[in-house]
Amino acid sequence: MAGPVHTQDSEDAVLFAPVLGTTRRFWLGATPLLAMTLWGMYAYTLQLRYGLGVTGLNRPVAWGIYIINFVFFIGISHAGTLISAILRLCKAEWRRPITRAAEAITVLVLFFGLGSIIMDLGRPDRLFYVLQYGRLQSPLLWDVTSITTYLTGSALYLYLPLIPDLALVRDRATGWRRTLYTFLALGWRGTTGQRRRLERGIAVMAVMVIPIAVSVHTVVSWVFSMTLQPMWKSTIFGPYFVTGAIFSGIAALIISMAAVRRAYHLENYLKPVHFNSLSLLLLAMSLLWFYFTFAEHLTAYYGGELAEAIVLFAKVAGRWAPAFWAMAVLNFVIPVAILANGRTRTVAGSVVASASVVVGMWLERYLIVVPTLANPRLPYERGFYAPSWVEVSITAGAVSFFVLLYMVFTKLFPIISIWEVREGREGLVEAQERMVSYLPGPVAPVTPVTPTGRR
Amino acid sequence: MARWGMVIDLDRCTGCQACVVACKAENNVPVVSPAQAQAGRLMLWMTVIPEVEGEFPRVRARFTPRPCMQCENPPCVKVCPVQAMMKSPEGIVSHVFARCIGCRFCVQACPYGVTYFNWQAPVWPADLREALNPDFSVRPTGVVEMCDFCHHRLQHAREMARVDEREVRGEGEYVPACVQACPAGALIFGDLEDSTTAASRLAHSPRAYRLLEDLGTAPKVYYLKEG
Repeated sequence: MAGPVHTQDSEDAVLFAPVLGTTRRFWLGATPLLAMTLWGMYAYTLQLRYGLGVTGLNRPVAWGIYIINFVFFIGISHAGTLISAILRLCKAEWRRPITRAAEAITVLVLFFGLGSIIMDLGRPDRLFYVLQYGRLQSPLLWDVTSITTYLTGSALYLYLPLIPDLALVRDRATGWRRTLYTFLALGWRGTTGQRRRLERGIAVMAVMVIPIAVSVHTVVSWVFSMTLQPMWKSTIFGPYFVTGAIFSGIAALIISMAAVRRAYHLENYLKPVHFNSLSLLLLAMSLLWFYFTFAEHLTAYYGGELAEAIVLFAKVAGRWAPAFWAMAVLNFVIPVAILANGRTRTVAGSVVASASVVVGMWLERYLIVVPTLANPRLPYERGFYAPSWVEVSITAGAVSFFVLLYMVFTKLFPIISIWEVREGREGLVEAQERMVSYLPGPVAPVTPVTPTGRR
Repeated sequence: MARWGMVIDLDRCTGCQACVVACKAENNVPVVSPAQAQAGRLMLWMTVIPEVEGEFPRVRARFTPRPCMQCENPPCVKVCPVQAMMKSPEGIVSHVFARCIGCRFCVQACPYGVTYFNWQAPVWPADLREALNPDFSVRPTGVVEMCDFCHHRLQHAREMARVDEREVRGEGEYVPACVQACPAGALIFGDLEDSTTAASRLAHSPRAYRLLEDLGTAPKVYYLKEG
């Protein structure tokens, strides 16, 4: 074997490649996304000019696609920080190549969660009244508080493990990139002291970020459950929303991993075993999601309170029945059928299941917001809601913009945490020692594993 | 301190909608095009809800005038993030248009559906523009608005009373436009705390009930059942 540094560089070259150069394929992918983003921005200028009248919102359905997207995007954000923090704390070794991809989703998608709220405001020009005159008694202020905390926390949690990689890229980059990475790497040289401080920082953030993430989606659900509306006023909304968030988050993570793997030829890093482990998590969340959905609808059905029953029947047998049963199939039948079977739980299988879950979870948010508003407690007003082209364009623009930002992120920063993958390789002995320490004694002496059979 | 409330006698209501028109004129409530009304964007702070019960020949029509319920425990005030929706010391729930950020949380929170959103800037036909009430503001696009028992009329009555160095009388001096316009005397308005007023007496009638009373919102609008 040659010197370890040389081996590692040639081994991990594929991880540096996207950051150091851009192919034509990237521009081919980015152009339509950019076009869609600009179209969405144009649609938003129309809304700014003419007011929310350009939407399909009405009486009694005064909240629509923006609020649905808000809940959906904040849900997707639970991919990253939460999953990565849990895996880090559990010292799950297979986390190493996936944490960065997950954390980047969180930070980027949160802007769209916050953005959806701003798009929904009738007076976005008065946005800062929320800070100036905010009332902490309003669940909306709880949202603002918890989401900004979450954004700050997960941005830090993304940044800290990025520092050693920024230093690695700094040493290879030229021109403005070198200036950027030098600035961002904060003089990282990988000394023992720096490493110790960094690891402590990451550990602290990992512990802090978990309760913050759980609280964020709980508070999002409280916007609904603090009102008196039928089928919103529910005590299980907090955990139900958190479950749905993690569920859709894992699905988004699997899709993004598969995309990155294919685009940058990372088959050697994102292996079927990673998809298999995440698929099992997704499967468990699908079952948990079914449990909550079943409990929520059964209690509404069995009590049979009139206002709730009207909403429930509109969902399962009325105007929203197609969406409701599509949701059940997309969130439960398809993922369970694919993922419970070892033969279909492949990379492709997990991507299909994840795509199904992402669409299904959007429908779930739709079915929480719209049928309740369309069937208020007093029987005098019944309504329906279909988004206008402006709302659809803004939504498509937001999704495109998110994907575009994610692509740009992969061009600016290594999407796989290089130093953590290396640390994993170097820490084989440590991992073996740790495994031995789990086992009942007496402990056999550890024979060092040689990393020869690695590839 | 007075606690202003309204009693609506369903036996007397003929469904003539004079209250609806009076309210629109008094409060400069925007008119919308028929297409917008079809899309569910009609704005009526006071509205008369028609209900038909039963099948012919045992059929019966009922008209329920519906202003803001002016809850003692208003869900809309609770959820407002910027204190635009507020309850005065006298219990009148009103809305500060200049403060509203248009999040429509109050619209979701109100179980009676009395809050209205300005989906677009109001367009006034020329003759209506000249008839705008100078005592009350017009609203810009993107804010919520709703019935506030013609709060500006209370302020006016209070100023008149201050000249005589006394409080506003519990009955007669301050009435919302809908009450003033009702030709059938179906809307009765007054101080619910003052036991001498007709409103207070009728609110204690065995015929009196309030909408969705079990929710605990404690409306100050009472309905008298049809006898």
